[in-house]
Amino acid sequence: MKYICKKIITLIMTLFLVSAAAFLAFQVIPGDVVTSILGTEATPEMEELLREELGLNDPPVERYMNWVSGVLKGDLGVSYRYSKSMNERMPVAELIGDKLPVTLWLAFYSLILIIVISIPLGVLWARSKNHYLDAALNVISQTAMAVPAFFLGILVTYLFGIILKCFTPGGYVSYREDFAGFMHYLLFPAISIAIPKIAMTARFLRNSMLTEMRSDYVRTAYSKGCTNRRVMYAHVLRNALMPVVTFLGMIIAETIAGSIVVEQVFGLPGVGRLLISSISTRDFPVVEILVLYITSVVIIVYALIDILYRMIDPRISSK
Amino acid sequence: MKKRLISFLLMTVLTMTALSACAGGTGESSEDNSSTEATTSTESGANTTQDAEPVYGGSVVVGIQQDIDSLDPHKATAAGTTEILFNIFEGLVKPDENGNLINAIASDYTISEDGLVYTFTLRDGVKFHNGNEVTAEDVKYSLDRVSGLLDGTPLVSTLSVITDVAILDEKTVQVTVDSPNPELIYSFTAAIIPAGSGEDENAAPIGTGPFSFVSYVPQEGIVLAKNTEYWQEGLPYLDEVTFKIISNVDTAMLDIKGGSVDVCPYLTDSQANELAGEFNIVSAPSNVVQALFLNCAKGPLADERVRQAICYALDKDAINEFVTGGNGVPISSAMLPTLEEYYVDLNEMYGNTANIEMAKQLLTEAGYPDGFDLEITVPSNYDVHVETTEVVAEQLKLAGINVTINPVEWGVWLEETYKGRKYEGTICGITSDMTPGYLLNRFVSDSKKNFVNFNSEKFDETYAKAQECLTLEEKAVYYRELQHILCEEAGSAFIQVPPITIAMNKNLAGYKFYPIYVQDMSTVYWVNQ
Repeated sequence: MKYICKKIITLIMTLFLVSAAAFLAFQVIPGDVVTSILGTEATPEMEELLREELGLNDPPVERYMNWVSGVLKGDLGVSYRYSKSMNERMPVAELIGDKLPVTLWLAFYSLILIIVISIPLGVLWARSKNHYLDAALNVISQTAMAVPAFFLGILVTYLFGIILKCFTPGGYVSYREDFAGFMHYLLFPAISIAIPKIAMTARFLRNSMLTEMRSDYVRTAYSKGCTNRRVMYAHVLRNALMPVVTFLGMIIAETIAGSIVVEQVFGLPGVGRLLISSISTRDFPVVEILVLYITSVVIIVYALIDILYRMIDPRISSK
Repeated sequence: MKKRLISFLLMTVLTMTALSACAGGTGESSEDNSSTEATTSTESGANTTQDAEPVYGGSVVVGIQQDIDSLDPHKATAAGTTEILFNIFEGLVKPDENGNLINAIASDYTISEDGLVYTFTLRDGVKFHNGNEVTAEDVKYSLDRVSGLLDGTPLVSTLSVITDVAILDEKTVQVTVDSPNPELIYSFTAAIIPAGSGEDENAAPIGTGPFSFVSYVPQEGIVLAKNTEYWQEGLPYLDEVTFKIISNVDTAMLDIKGGSVDVCPYLTDSQANELAGEFNIVSAPSNVVQALFLNCAKGPLADERVRQAICYALDKDAINEFVTGGNGVPISSAMLPTLEEYYVDLNEMYGNTANIEMAKQLLTEAGYPDGFDLEITVPSNYDVHVETTEVVAEQLKLAGINVTINPVEWGVWLEETYKGRKYEGTICGITSDMTPGYLLNRFVSDSKKNFVNFNSEKFDETYAKAQECLTLEEKAVYYRELQHILCEEAGSAFIQVPPITIAMNKNLAGYKFYPIYVQDMSTVYWVNQ
């Protein structure tokens, strides 16, 4: 209980610092939201009107404090850039709420792929006595890890979309309209995210298992008459999975925070793409909330891993 | 966490660079693509690509690269937004594809002899998308709103000269202005919206255009449906048009190849070459003036001779060939060649090919026999300008001008280069609307838009004289003179009007090019198979 309280306080402190840092960054970097919205054809009157409307004429500290008090009251503000109707700006909560399911489903999808493929693959690899298989897996995993995400995305689109015609590139359908179509389209970006991560996780698991296999308890297990199979799955794998869980945790945090590059390549309207476009248009309210979201995801996922660890391995909490 | 933000930024920059590098790579191969270029040029200029029988119905997806900045037609300024809103809203008059004005909501109008009173007669039976007929009240409300009579802030700056909008009878509206300006009629293209809708919180965008607004989702797109009661008989053909936002050009290429996009505008030459054959590639001159804009208040550039030397050193034909596949139109001053009555061809002055001898001679006269260093800032999101800058850098090197290229993000360009005027040279495009003097206004020494700091008494005086003219014919004489002064004093090194190149599904026809940025979907139709 004390542990959880401590974590929550850290979370709040971090969120505060991060939001202040993001605000500061927006003050420092060149580029102004009003010019970015109105472009080169704007008149000074129009700029002034918009500046007033967005509340940009207040001093920076006051603006930040207003924003903080708004967020504390549950009001996430309105986007500078996006409109909801003719005269209304899009509320940030609604904007992000609309994009979040895309990112979450994508993260969930790719995570399933990663776990389902990488763990058996890692075990197979660790157990492979065949020199050629080992070498082949080595080369494949190296390549998969080295290919940049956007290029992999384009390769996947080209292979599955243009050549094999498994899906229509850019044919994203909203989850609101057609959930099955949405999930079908999502499979390919999920593959793009999963491939390098599968390679990493499998390699990690293999190395971890090979280290464990050299441990004393393995010899003991063999000497008390365990079958090879039992040694592998009941003893080695279980211990070898410990560091892999941490690694998977990092991947979870990363994918839930939004896969910026893959979302760009596949034209998915998720939070990663929203973050990038909001930064380039200096849409401060949206960026702030997204930054807070990403921070919370990272902190919460790490805390959960920590708790999970304590449950799996009682030695940690006793220390 | 800040680190994370920085790494995000870095990642984007890296991706962008890598992607643009890819685009650059394909560009090199375009030289030996002469066969595809030939098909492009035979099709260009033709407004309808096929004469097959039009079919009513069907839907089309248009790929756009910018998100909507406002759904309010009076507040939207980005070209990427107004080109879409053109389908939803109309003014009393509207532009046609030849750059002329046609009557839209007004069936007729008269202008008093002193140029101060405009009387508009409203067309019978024009209905808003909500089913209500357009009344004189709606017109008054809309004009009051854009001119600032409603709340003191003019939304269309040229219309701020309106002093009174009077309803004479149900079908007649009289507008009084405080100073005559024969170009003002072009501003009456401002959208007419239902009275009161500009202040109504939940108002959907309602206009009288060929398509009505259905939905808009940020980052996904905007959906429009056919206006079945459109006043122009027989239009539009399509039942539904979706403007789909595409995150970057490389994705756009995959989208159109995969079939999720039917029309893809603003392609670069290399992309068009890649799509030629499978798609109809059509191109026409845009309304953009591309130039190496020179900061006339900065260092060596303050010397007219130095600026002229740069004009001489440019090889416009080579730029056109390398970057825009020969579809651009070389220009030497700030006027669109499509505005035929006002344009004067001044390409003879510096020539369309490089004249290094003259450039070197002028530089020597100006006291820079060994040349000088020039930094060219370029907005990195525009492939065409980035590629042009690379070519220009090589061309200027021959005249001894040592160019460094400074690519910047669009937001930074707007803030520092455009508004802050902190640059030496910048290659970009400025867009014109249909008002003939629109681009020239930028070079008046005290104009807020004069980001090149051009300061010429002769130009200012002539511009002032042009403003006093009561007819467009008289104005045209001065406008031609202004172009001459601007070219002679090298206000900037003008390059070309780059083409707009679009790729369309082979079964689509009827796409019309306008001399301004609009995506008019009302005349587009599917061809009977």
